[in-house]
Amino acid sequence: MSKKFWETLPQGSVVLEAGSSAKFKTGTWRSMRPKWIEENCIQCMFCWIYCPDMSIKVTAEGKRAEFDYDYCKGCGICALECPGKKGNKAIVMEEEGK
Amino acid sequence: MGKIVAVTGNEACAYALKQINPDVCAAYPITPATDLMQRFSGYVSNGQVDTELVLVESEHSAMSACIGAAAAGGRVATATSSQGLALMWEMLYIAAGTRLPIVMPLVNRALSAPLNIHGDHSDGMGARDTGWIQIYSENAQEAYDNLIQSFRIAEHLEIRTPAMVCMDGFIVSHSIERVEYIDDADVKKFVGKFQAVHPLLDLEHPKSYGPLILTDLYHEYKRAQHEVMTKVSGVVLEVAAEFEKMTGRKYGLFESYRLEDAEIAIVVMSSAAGTTKDIIDQYRDKGVKVGLLKPRMFRPFPFTQIAEALKHVKAIAVLDRADSFGGYGPLFSEIAGAVMSMDTKPAMINKIFGLGGRDYLPDQAEQVIDELIKIAETGKVGAIKEYIGVRE
Repeated sequence: MSKKFWETLPQGSVVLEAGSSAKFKTGTWRSMRPKWIEENCIQCMFCWIYCPDMSIKVTAEGKRAEFDYDYCKGCGICALECPGKKGNKAIVMEEEGK
Repeated sequence: MGKIVAVTGNEACAYALKQINPDVCAAYPITPATDLMQRFSGYVSNGQVDTELVLVESEHSAMSACIGAAAAGGRVATATSSQGLALMWEMLYIAAGTRLPIVMPLVNRALSAPLNIHGDHSDGMGARDTGWIQIYSENAQEAYDNLIQSFRIAEHLEIRTPAMVCMDGFIVSHSIERVEYIDDADVKKFVGKFQAVHPLLDLEHPKSYGPLILTDLYHEYKRAQHEVMTKVSGVVLEVAAEFEKMTGRKYGLFESYRLEDAEIAIVVMSSAAGTTKDIIDQYRDKGVKVGLLKPRMFRPFPFTQIAEALKHVKAIAVLDRADSFGGYGPLFSEIAGAVMSMDTKPAMINKIFGLGGRDYLPDQAEQVIDELIKIAETGKVGAIKEYIGVRE
């Protein structure tokens, strides 16, 4: 007899594989989307430090790269903390889907 | 054969834990369970067990430490009472939902306010829906026997659910009774070697405990948890049969006393059942067909089996040693639920008794039986829910 769906769940909701959080894409929660304006970026890495998830990609050379929108919840902390260049922000928040 | 001793309920339970020798025990003292863990910590400090005793700053932490140790892959026990159990509340759900087979003697005691340290079932009933298996004991012998059996039940690979073994505070926990201990080697053989499931300390197979499960799967996990409870009765009976082979002492999901041909019945749990049996004997001598049903396993509640055992009685009095303010007593609700499935519905009354350790006296049992006789004769029920033994 085949098992019902709920009978196939791991006992006690134990997650039996390591590093599974990478599979939990939280980007679908977002209503505001951060936009990176590269010419205003001074590579201070504040956005990388402040991001509560893993949405700021860093290149092999240690440079800030494009956002990883799979994990960005649109909280806006990066845009708030970004010092920008001469008063021009390198990250601005835009409405999602625009 | 084991040896016969004169001990308190707490002493007997501490001795059972000594014989079982759990890997970890995290505990915080609370009356009337203090003495149980104090005796057990004596065994630890004297080197008679090699349990890791974790001294914590509250019952919430005690249960948290037990959960951590059980997830790590250990055989784990603790004990508590009353407010201590209430303080464990959120962790009780986590232990059950995570399917960790922790075993906990619960020395039943009233809940504040007003502050009271004596025995009633308010604490156990408050934990009714946490997903723990609950077994109630009439006396020290039953508490000792149930505690040993509960390790086998909780740790059964198809169950893996925590269990609390309840006994009445002071009435059983602090009174000295005749208890028959089982030999150490027999207890050891009976409970067997602990088998961990998904232990955190298995470093070859990394895993995570306690994930966030939202609307997509939570409902399914709870359905699965209920399914586990449907398997408990079978395991309890299987373990009891094996226990009977070892000791000659017979246990079921509930005890029936002179119930087979009874016309009226009293349903009551724990120590009050003993007094009730004496009074039933007296009424039987007078020709009154009265019997008793004493639930042993309260969670999961064996409602179909209880309905079968009560199907021939005309009137039932359910005696609750706890209240649900603004509702019927918790045991009454269970029995009423069980009776629902019967073709012939007996008349039912609910008596709240013995709160905060108030003595349950033989004449109260007589009063209940007299009322049941009248109800069976006339078919008329007065007040469904009443307090007995209360000053008026």
